[in-house]
Amino acid sequence: MKDETPSYERYQRQILLKGFGLEGQHKLLQAKVLVIGAGGLGCPALQYLAAAGVGTIGIVDEDIVSITNLHRQILYTVNDIGLPKAFIAKERLAKLNPEITIVAYKERLTTSNALAIINEYDLVIDATDNFSSRYLINDACVLLNKPIVYGAVSQFEGQVAILNYHSTISTASANYRDLFPKPPIDGEVLNCAEAGVLGVLPGIIGSMQASETIKLITGIGKPLINTVLTYHSLTNQLYEIEIVANSSTRSLLPANEADFIKMDYDWFCASKNNKFEIDIENFNKIANTADVEIIDVRELGETPLLNDINYYQIPLSQFKENIAAIKKEKIVVFCQSGKRSLQAAHILFDTFGNKKIIYSLKGGITEWFKNKSTEKR
Amino acid sequence: MTVHIMLFGQLTDITGVDKITVENCLDTDSMVTSLQNTYPALIQSTFVIAVDKKIISSNTSLTDQCTVALLPPFSGG
Repeated sequence: MKDETPSYERYQRQILLKGFGLEGQHKLLQAKVLVIGAGGLGCPALQYLAAAGVGTIGIVDEDIVSITNLHRQILYTVNDIGLPKAFIAKERLAKLNPEITIVAYKERLTTSNALAIINEYDLVIDATDNFSSRYLINDACVLLNKPIVYGAVSQFEGQVAILNYHSTISTASANYRDLFPKPPIDGEVLNCAEAGVLGVLPGIIGSMQASETIKLITGIGKPLINTVLTYHSLTNQLYEIEIVANSSTRSLLPANEADFIKMDYDWFCASKNNKFEIDIENFNKIANTADVEIIDVRELGETPLLNDINYYQIPLSQFKENIAAIKKEKIVVFCQSGKRSLQAAHILFDTFGNKKIIYSLKGGITEWFKNKSTEKR
Repeated sequence: MTVHIMLFGQLTDITGVDKITVENCLDTDSMVTSLQNTYPALIQSTFVIAVDKKIISSNTSLTDQCTVALLPPFSGG
């Protein structure tokens, strides 16, 4: 909060609210909230928190704006393409509310900087788009005793929860590892780039994160403490599940700051994959040789198709049942981005072990086409 | 004994439906095994199980008409 007397006129409509009042506004102005990820979830969360008058807002994002962001990351315009999200977001929010302090961190949150950054804030909003960041944020917040307002989306569904919140009423606070103790195999859970997402969905979930944050800070209502709320945008189904703090997940957490700094979250969330991945250059070398079977694991009907390579399709959903028929010694599986094919590679390895040479096309068709278009130039 | 199963996220890509009813599953372990027999791709899936809206961390007995939710992690943002 800056020194000059803030104009409360802009907050008049929320100060009017029963249970909110001037007291609620003071609490917001004194609060320090860190939003990690200024993407689909982060944009609406940031806008509403800045508008509501959260006194200090930190924005962590190392990414730059790209055209595929614009259908859901509503702080940015076409003029921002190629520019850093953290700086643009700060500039937009300062125009929306010049009375608050906004700090931009154009960096990736790592074990080296996370504790120092998070420690400056009262509460963290997890608006990231990958598991490695989610586990990292969770473990850092458990060590520093900071609550997390968690949000995540996939296709048409979203999840919101308040984690690691120590209240005097509830018995024990649950954290992300009580919800999901171990990360999925890399490639099993698709991100927005692979699975797609309806632009308005992170808008809804990010707004819910802002709403839960305001409720926590001002003490109004019944926030989602130790509860994950799921929302399905196609059916409007809402479902709440209680997260129970589990003593066995405690052992998964780094015991202290020194242990945290030594953690490798990318490895933890993506181990065992690299041995399967083949890059485009090496793929092109072996693609049309006789002993290689190339398999598209996308679901039937997904496009684009490949024209100049011989391959056949076994959709991932029916993969395990159909792989016994594969006769050749080398197998390359591919999909849109290389994530589902990694999963297929794991299934092949479970079946054939070292009897066959298994590859997953790194970056998938997207990368293959990108490579092809640069070759033509 | 009837148990109602709710599926979320990418799990519904495997099952094709978001609700399944099973008979005679006495506990969550046998329920998961029965589901995996019907939908082998679920063996590869990561999810947590909630019985009557509460997450469980070990095998839990089921009762008639209870609801079991299978919730996968989402990473998107």
